[in-house]
Amino acid sequence: MSIQGKKELAVAALQNGIVIDHIPCPALFKVVNILGIENMENGVFIGNNLSSRSMGHKGLIKIADIDLPKETLNRIAVVAPNAVINIIKDYEVVEKHKVELPEDLFDIVKCTNPKCISNNEPMSTHFHVLDKDEFKCHFCERIVSREEVVLK
Amino acid sequence: MQNRNLVSISDLTKDEILALLRRAKEFEKNPNQHILDGKVVGSLFFEPSTRTRLSFETAVNRLGGRVIGFSDARTSSQSKGETLKDTIMMVANYADLIVMRHPLEGAARYASEISKVPIVNAGDGSNQHPSQTMLDLYTIYQTQGTLDNLTITMVGDLKYGRTVHSLLEAMHYFNPKFIFVACDELKMPQQYKDYCKELGIEYEETRDFSEDVINKTDILYMTRVQRERFSDLMEYERVKNIYTLTASMLKGCKPNLRVLHPLPRVTEIAQDVDDTPQAYYFEQALNGLYTREAIICRALGL
Repeated sequence: MSIQGKKELAVAALQNGIVIDHIPCPALFKVVNILGIENMENGVFIGNNLSSRSMGHKGLIKIADIDLPKETLNRIAVVAPNAVINIIKDYEVVEKHKVELPEDLFDIVKCTNPKCISNNEPMSTHFHVLDKDEFKCHFCERIVSREEVVLK
Repeated sequence: MQNRNLVSISDLTKDEILALLRRAKEFEKNPNQHILDGKVVGSLFFEPSTRTRLSFETAVNRLGGRVIGFSDARTSSQSKGETLKDTIMMVANYADLIVMRHPLEGAARYASEISKVPIVNAGDGSNQHPSQTMLDLYTIYQTQGTLDNLTITMVGDLKYGRTVHSLLEAMHYFNPKFIFVACDELKMPQQYKDYCKELGIEYEETRDFSEDVINKTDILYMTRVQRERFSDLMEYERVKNIYTLTASMLKGCKPNLRVLHPLPRVTEIAQDVDDTPQAYYFEQALNGLYTREAIICRALGL
């Protein structure tokens, strides 16, 4: 194993779990929020402003002893469309894939239109994904860009 | 069950639009038909809109149905803090169809997803008002004999005016050409210009409400410039008078040109236009009755 590999492992070597890599720094805590990490009892390591060859700086999250369904992990694509999921089994990466934006976002994002029914009624929000940077409210039809996204 | 709600004009295919227009034509010939005998229609106006409500309720009455409901949220239990969901669930127990107007955008879409009876949107905030668009289409068809290949000039508030946005979307099936006439503050949003570009719809944009523009127009669609849209009232006073249509401006127009307006109008159409053969906005309002009769029958599968 290379020296750099050892340095990373010194932070936290996962025996089993998930590593979420290539999170844009400003989106790190939004990802924490989307996945509900603050309520987890698993071992969690959160790193931010780590140097990255491809991104300059990045955020990274390691969650021990967990198996999250793809649909749950894909929710973070709303704020981190290029995040990479590594599934770790017995210290080895057994699966590695980029998150994929679903076609519809249910109850993840709040509508930015204060006059939208979804902000005035106890109900779930629903957005149609137009592309990775634009989402359209199913109810009021307002188009919200990724930069404007407010999590529910 | 077939989806028979009418929430947004973009829910309708070209064939569905044409079928509604054919049905409306039947009702124009004979508006009184006993199609809704024994049916009850809920007319829920969470904000007042006398014109739209009377038009829908007249449509139900002329078809022999009965109306229940309210014309102002203050007289409903919404004033007691009831959610929209609870109101819809309750009325859906009593009525065969719900016609609703609501100040919040997306209210009708949400209602259509929780209601067991069809929902017809009679306006949700500044979002959609599909029965207005249908009556505009019917009027265009009635006055031009076709919907195809027309030049439609839209004047006034093209930024906030939902009627022009919906009309633009509905007309995309019929190879239109648009001319957008507005001041910089109220010009057509980029989103709709991109929409035209994507679909290869030809359009021009101008600040100048000139006879040149009018003379190449088939349908002149006027809208009201609302004072509350302006932060600078001086600007409003200036703009309001620039985008006023007078009878003399119609001197060189094409013989088939008709002037439409969703009403209420204020100063954007001078009173002297009313006496020209081009004025058609009052007939347009009457067409609301026939198209709403058609919309109600479609919603009930009748």
